[in-house]
Amino acid sequence: MSIPHGLLALLRHGPMYGYQLRAEFEHATGSTWPLNIGQVYSTLTRLERDGLIEPQATDDEGRQRYALTAAGVSTLGEWFAKPVTHADRPRDELAIKLALASTTPGLDVQAIVQTQRVATMRRLQDLTRLKQEPGDVGGLAWSLVLDHLRFSAEAELRWLDHCEGALLKAASAERTRPPVLEDAAAPEPTEERAR
Amino acid sequence: MNALDLHQVDRIHGQGNAAVHALRGLTIHVAAGELVAVMGPSGSGKSTLLNLAGGLDRATAGSVKVDGVELGDLSPKELARLRRHKVGYVFQDLNLIPALTAAENVSLPLELDGVRRRPARAAAEAALAEVGLVDLADRLPADMSGGQQQRVAIARAVVGDRSLILADEPTGALDSETGEQVMRLLRDRCAAGVATLLVTHDAAHAAWADRIVFLRDGAAVDDTGARPVAESLLTGA
Ligand SMILES: Nc1ncnc2c1ncn2[C@@H]1O[C@H](COP(=O)(O)OP(=O)(O)OP(=O)(O)O)[C@@H](O)[C@H]1O
Ligand SMILES: [Mg+2]
Repeated sequence: MSIPHGLLALLRHGPMYGYQLRAEFEHATGSTWPLNIGQVYSTLTRLERDGLIEPQATDDEGRQRYALTAAGVSTLGEWFAKPVTHADRPRDELAIKLALASTTPGLDVQAIVQTQRVATMRRLQDLTRLKQEPGDVGGLAWSLVLDHLRFSAEAELRWLDHCEGALLKAASAERTRPPVLEDAAAPEPTEERAR
Repeated sequence: MNALDLHQVDRIHGQGNAAVHALRGLTIHVAAGELVAVMGPSGSGKSTLLNLAGGLDRATAGSVKVDGVELGDLSPKELARLRRHKVGYVFQDLNLIPALTAAENVSLPLELDGVRRRPARAAAEAALAEVGLVDLADRLPADMSGGQQQRVAIARAVVGDRSLILADEPTGALDSETGEQVMRLLRDRCAAGVATLLVTHDAAHAAWADRIVFLRDGAAVDDTGARPVAESLLTGA
């Protein structure tokens, strides 16, 4: 997830200081990706170094506010214009775990699938409860993020069903493999050589 | 007291070589006001479970209680009465009566239970309104879409004063908006104290439940209500 671009997008509304940016970010994304204030300040420092934002006069309470520069506006515009590519996303630990589990001897992969299924289902229950909550907690932005999370959880559950099916199929193919194959690989009868 | 208690239930269909063990030692409780979803692969015993809970089928072994009443102890007549009075059922294949209109289908269980025609009709119209079908009250099932028929079946299950609703894939033919509307309706009934056991393949709908029970080969393998215990899956770890 791109924190720099997120902060640039928020600054498009007007100059803000660090704590304000953190609050706005969490409001828009329903605290899905909590930011600590240290991350916000180090990102602001980098954005300033790169000429994408500039410090403003401090406000009445002495807080440092930042504004977008022209370069910042165009970087932000490019970010919105470009699709998110696969390489931008973090590696999916679950896919890696199941892939490796399927090749690890002596492991009950179905148990791994079921454990994950229950965990993901619980998550979907929690997200569904949030969706039912009355009132407008984070507005449209948060509701769209929430829908994304729900649909991802659903997709993960479908994928787990698919993995389970594939594993069962592979296991039964293993069991019914014709013994002829093993015979072919067996060494020649020793009688012949003994002579 | 629970609205539904299944304790160590077995159900074997058929005999001898043809015997199918549809449920094996299944224990499930549903409290009043609770919405429990059941998920599992085709053939895992979900419909068998609902049929037993609704008194449409009898357990081979074990105990099935609705509102504390052991169904195995009831005569067929008492069982039929309990079904009409306490249990609302949405069948996987809907089971609407083709010769009756939507409103007549919905009011039928009330009338069979002795409610007079006029109040029964009013209750039926209210239930149809809840599923967004008030304008179709006088249509025959054959003249409705699959999703509309499904909603009539749901209205029939929730009409009146039931303590237990059993729903077998009630959202199967519905678009996501209407499916969500049905889930909201079931949740509202639960908030009013009704217990619901819902079978669904749709994770988005199951997620509305308080608990999800996973069935496999006739046994419950997991329950999202139980807290997880992490243990190593590798021996020698
Ligand atoms: N009347 C019957 N006679 C014999 N076997 C039956 C009968 N009813 C169900 N079965 C078998 O019992 C098992 C469980 O069936 P059940 O209908 O409960 O499955 P289900 O989980 O509802 O499946 P689906 O998701 O396909 O509706 C299946 O193997 C089925 O073939
Ligand atoms: Mg079924």
